[in-house]
Amino acid sequence: MAKTQIALTINGQPVEAQVEPRTLLVHFLREQQGLKGAHVGCETSHCGACTVDLNGKSVKSCTVFAVQADGGEVMTVEGLANGADLHPLQQGFYEEHGLQCGYCTPGMLMRAYRLLQENPKPSNEEIRMGISGNLCRCTGYQNIVKAISFAADKINAEGGAD
Amino acid sequence: MADASTMTLEEREATLGGIGTARKRKEDGRFIRGQGNYVDDLVLPNLVCGDFVRSPYAHARIKSIDKAEALKLPGVIAVLTAEDLKPLNLHWMPTLAGDSAAVLADEKVHFQNQEVAFVIAADRPTVADAIQLVEVDYEELPVLVDPKKAMDKDAPILREDVAEKDNVGQGARKHPNHIFHWEVGDAGATEKAFKDSEVTVKESMFYQRVHPCPLEPCACVASMDPVAGVLTVYGTFQAPHVIRTVVSLISGLPESKIRIVSPDVGGGFGNKVGAYPGYICAAVGSIVLGRPVKWMESRMDNLSTTAFARDYHMTGEIAADGDGRIAAIRCSVLADHGAFNTHAQPMKWPAGLFNVVTGSYDIPVGFCAVDGVYTNKAPGGVAYRCSFRVTEAAYLIERMMDVLAQKVGCSKAEIRMRNFVQPEQFPYHSCLGWEYDSGNYPAALKKVLQAVDYEGLLKEQAEKRKKGELMGIGIATFTEIVGAGPSRNCDIVGIGMFDSCEIRVHPTGSAVARLGTKGTGQAHETTYAQIIATQLGIPSDDITIEEGDTDTAPYGLGTYGSRSTPVGAAAAARAAQKIRAKAQKIAAHMLEVGEKDLEWEVDRFVVKGLPEKTATMKEIAFAAYSNVPEGMEHGLETVDYYDPPNFTYPFGAYVCVVDIDRFTGEVSVRRFYALDDCGTRINPMVIEGQVHGGLTEAFGIAMGQEIVFDDTGNVLGASLMDYFLPTAVETPQWETDYTVTPSPHHPIGAKGVGESPNVGGVPAFSNAVVDAFAHHGVTHMPMPHTPSSVWQTINKLGLNK
Repeated sequence: MAKTQIALTINGQPVEAQVEPRTLLVHFLREQQGLKGAHVGCETSHCGACTVDLNGKSVKSCTVFAVQADGGEVMTVEGLANGADLHPLQQGFYEEHGLQCGYCTPGMLMRAYRLLQENPKPSNEEIRMGISGNLCRCTGYQNIVKAISFAADKINAEGGAD
Repeated sequence: MADASTMTLEEREATLGGIGTARKRKEDGRFIRGQGNYVDDLVLPNLVCGDFVRSPYAHARIKSIDKAEALKLPGVIAVLTAEDLKPLNLHWMPTLAGDSAAVLADEKVHFQNQEVAFVIAADRPTVADAIQLVEVDYEELPVLVDPKKAMDKDAPILREDVAEKDNVGQGARKHPNHIFHWEVGDAGATEKAFKDSEVTVKESMFYQRVHPCPLEPCACVASMDPVAGVLTVYGTFQAPHVIRTVVSLISGLPESKIRIVSPDVGGGFGNKVGAYPGYICAAVGSIVLGRPVKWMESRMDNLSTTAFARDYHMTGEIAADGDGRIAAIRCSVLADHGAFNTHAQPMKWPAGLFNVVTGSYDIPVGFCAVDGVYTNKAPGGVAYRCSFRVTEAAYLIERMMDVLAQKVGCSKAEIRMRNFVQPEQFPYHSCLGWEYDSGNYPAALKKVLQAVDYEGLLKEQAEKRKKGELMGIGIATFTEIVGAGPSRNCDIVGIGMFDSCEIRVHPTGSAVARLGTKGTGQAHETTYAQIIATQLGIPSDDITIEEGDTDTAPYGLGTYGSRSTPVGAAAAARAAQKIRAKAQKIAAHMLEVGEKDLEWEVDRFVVKGLPEKTATMKEIAFAAYSNVPEGMEHGLETVDYYDPPNFTYPFGAYVCVVDIDRFTGEVSVRRFYALDDCGTRINPMVIEGQVHGGLTEAFGIAMGQEIVFDDTGNVLGASLMDYFLPTAVETPQWETDYTVTPSPHHPIGAKGVGESPNVGGVPAFSNAVVDAFAHHGVTHMPMPHTPSSVWQTINKLGLNK
């Protein structure tokens, strides 16, 4: 199948690539870019394991074509930490036992990242609503809510946006 | 860290991060960075992909399969059908229940979405395109969906391959669609008790077909090395060693030439115990092609074909005196096993451990009968976050206790208090054959009733009932039976259900331990290290836990049925104890004293009466490689195979409070209070996480999950569009609590906890919903309690008028 040239940034790095028009963003990231953080858990955009940030919005990368990201900015879980320094959300998930099998975690982290950009001081209800497009089968969400609160508090104590 | 020589005992203890500490998880580092290593993350040279052509029909004869067009598509490498597998005798595979299951449909399809052909191509999109090009000509056959009609005289015969057999692996059968009859207890004495009793109650209930639906579907990469002749299969396996044995038995390859690797697994919940056609076809593909073949299941394939759970049609009866003191229990079950009996249970137990149906109650006599039948539905019968059929049993008895309470007119707490096995009765022999190890049921329930102010709730409920409002209080005081299991009564393909741990302490005092279990999110890398840390005085941070690679780990039966703690952790503790026994000999040699002059103190041996004369485990480890007593082998390592003397019996007391909208039928969970007793607590943080997760899965089952079929066997709603997985919005806030009643026979007194919240949670929700209608004489309502289902009851009673 004919390929299309795309240019975008992924986690701040410029990337150029040839993709089939039907290639999904999640498969482009995983198979062409070697970024295995985003996972595939369904094919109906319900589970959210594939959530990444595209142009300042959370998207489910299993239902976005790679060509739709042309010219855009993509951020994945691999771009969350600053070198060895974990992002407060990553710290929160560790401290509050916000993960078990880990399969939903990258998507959950990326959704939480955008949520805190949109609402830096969310209530527990707002967190629950904010992550309702991301399914977790292991934790029952309670500790994920705590983890996101932990991160919000930490970011706010450090003087805002991270 | 402070110098160990100046640290207090408490500080040294804290450094270990051992049993009882809520230490953080060792596995989190990779997952929060997106660096987990799941099957689909594997990249191997020359990897190709495979997937299935599936049947649109639930029951049909295959007249022909034409692969020509598919094979013409560039990139397509092979299309396998049953005809291709026949010469290898791999078109059928043996099941763990003694039956056979089709790998690829052999002349007939028996359920919708059954695997008909396996297409292998260079990449995933080409596979998808080629699947569309395979032409299969079917002749539709009459479909059997209702298990209650399976043994009718005029029922269509589903399994022509075994129609003439009088036994399909689990005893005599009485109809070509019958799989087994199993019974336990004393029918005569039970019948007499029923005749003699003042009160009897009877209720029929259906525990619907549900699916474990782990977030990562099933997958594998099979990779044959044609030079070495070694087949490696990376896959989502909860029981990798058993998979190796099964692959060897059906392929004829020696086990030494098969390596099974279970990398990070994205949840299992029973779905990943069995062997599926995808594994066999990928392996055959790789053997034939000499290159790795990946099979990755889609979510719809997962929900509609790989193993389901439950599907038990149950009738319970209880006989009691006028005060509700139980004299006898009787139950009968019709089990829908689908097209093949791929029930994943210890082989001697066609209905799993269902005979724990007496629950937490002292019931003098009982009888229980279970019949399994074939239908045109996907095969399965796994334990979805429960020990083998224990969830079904707990559901039945916990619902029946409420039915009995309503009949005799006492509270649902009181009926339980009147019938509990008392603490002094342990070890308790149940009338259906189990020996409960330990428990204190009244203390657990009392603690919970006090925490939720049960009396206050009853008063509030009475007030609300006067106003026509619907409020329900559900109680479940369940007992689990986990840790399968003693090899005298549990085996898989003839192999006893022991588990194993091998520990190697390195010269500089760190260690690696390998186990036969395989975690899928339960924090084994952390909690096993904690157990060994406490036994050996080596910090849990310095103990690496490895599981899932059959080339390195000792043989074990895997992780399901809450068996890792009762069996695997016991092996870990015993292996560590063996190492400590050797360490003591080395310490005596180092300190030039007798072995008996030494006592253990956190992380070292101390000479009795001479506290300054010590040998730390770190020092001993080095000595094990440099300065051993004469006649002793060097090294500090051992392996333990633990065959448990008994199961363990975790228990709990749950209270669920619901408010129901009498116009919409919507159930709102106001409060859920869960007390669990899992014996010795290894990591309270991990236990709480397990309880949260199990309760959430229970909530999903009770309130919304069901795999439904129409009259022609079409599976309805096998996608996340329709199959209910609770989101953060619906999921209630959980309150947790605990008591500690150690298991007397487990090396560290632990019992296992992962499945308790699912086992106890489901009846707690159902009991709460039904309780909201109890004053209208309602004794049972079908699961799942969706708004439309609850509304049916409301409407029938006219409560929305």
